[in-house]
Amino acid sequence: MKESKCIIWDLDNTIWDGVLLEDKNVKLKDNISEIIKEIDKRGILQSIASKNNHEDAIKKLEEFGLDQYFLYPEINWNAKSLSVKNIKENINIGFDTLIFIDDQPFERDEVNSELETVECIDALEYKTLLENPRLNPKFITSDSEKRRKMYMDDIKRKVEEEEYQGPEESFLKTLDMVFKIKPAGSEDLKRALELTERTHQLNSTGVTFSYEELDEFRTSDTHRLYVCELTDKYGSYGKIGLALVELQENVNHMKLLLMSCRVMSRGVGSLLLYHIMNETKQDGKTLTADFLRTDRNKIMYVTYKFANFKEIERSDDGHIVFENDLTFIPPNPEYIKMEL
Amino acid sequence: MKEKIVKFISDNLINLDDEIEIKDDDNIFEKGFVNSLFSMKLLNYIETEFNMEVDDDDMEISNFSSVNRIEALIKKKTEVLSD
Repeated sequence: MKESKCIIWDLDNTIWDGVLLEDKNVKLKDNISEIIKEIDKRGILQSIASKNNHEDAIKKLEEFGLDQYFLYPEINWNAKSLSVKNIKENINIGFDTLIFIDDQPFERDEVNSELETVECIDALEYKTLLENPRLNPKFITSDSEKRRKMYMDDIKRKVEEEEYQGPEESFLKTLDMVFKIKPAGSEDLKRALELTERTHQLNSTGVTFSYEELDEFRTSDTHRLYVCELTDKYGSYGKIGLALVELQENVNHMKLLLMSCRVMSRGVGSLLLYHIMNETKQDGKTLTADFLRTDRNKIMYVTYKFANFKEIERSDDGHIVFENDLTFIPPNPEYIKMEL
Repeated sequence: MKEKIVKFISDNLINLDDEIEIKDDDNIFEKGFVNSLFSMKLLNYIETEFNMEVDDDDMEISNFSSVNRIEALIKKKTEVLSD
């Protein structure tokens, strides 16, 4: 089973003992704060699906000092499967990365019957959560620790975006975005590895490498390994892009290009690609690229095609080799500042 | 159909000065009007508005480079369907 990206908690008799509607003085379960904080540190997101009065429950969580740990809490009288669906939509991750924890067998069954890939755990077992292999990510990076904060920033951005009147691009201009591209340092490798494993939609080949392989590329004379970071006036989106280029005699060959889905709506998907195109042109070479077409990476395919890449090979299983003669390199958008 | 395409392009590009008018044959890529976000939106717009799917073979920059070319692509795809 996949590593979990988000755990969804019930409240009554799960996070605290007792039922809030009946007892205003419910008590937190033993050790639960520590568990929630530790999960947060590991970069796993947390949310709530609880049947309760929204205002009262949030107030109680504030009293306990836990409210800031939960993204998109669903506290209402809806079926929990619906709450789980809403959380999944809002965070934009797959059902198979969710864990739902509730003390009531009925609620767990209801979620499971609607969403069979969501793992449901009995609240009685909450003390074993930290040992659960799905909640022990292979890598914990500085981006994991900041993950919740980055999602919180996204919520603020969304609110402002929804209130903004006028074309999307002029909204983007107001964000003061800076896109930074640099050669990967040793401190970037864990995050690079994490990106190759977490990114599916904006991923050119889907290949993954070991830490040692990435470290070799980073120091090799015949490769360039890039990472990029996006920041705006709300803060950093973290390290959100990665590319690997192999330097051959007359050709630079891209083995991997990926970009986190979180920045999809920011129009930055092709900036790293354009940068590599420009560098290759300066090297006086042509640019080729491996690509594996899947049913999920259409946007990436379009990005290459609209950057004037041509297919020179295509096999039945979707392996493509692209080539670009670099006669036309699209300009970078005006709403974003580049830092190299 | 042409008016719809022109309207979509002008509504969605701020690079476009109000003074500038897109001519049906202008290469919108070469003029620097287009970025990746716009490309995706344009593709999405064409696919939903004209109820068609642009498959990989037609996903060529040349099919989207001007208003006339976009119109030709849409006609080609939708005519095949209605036959």
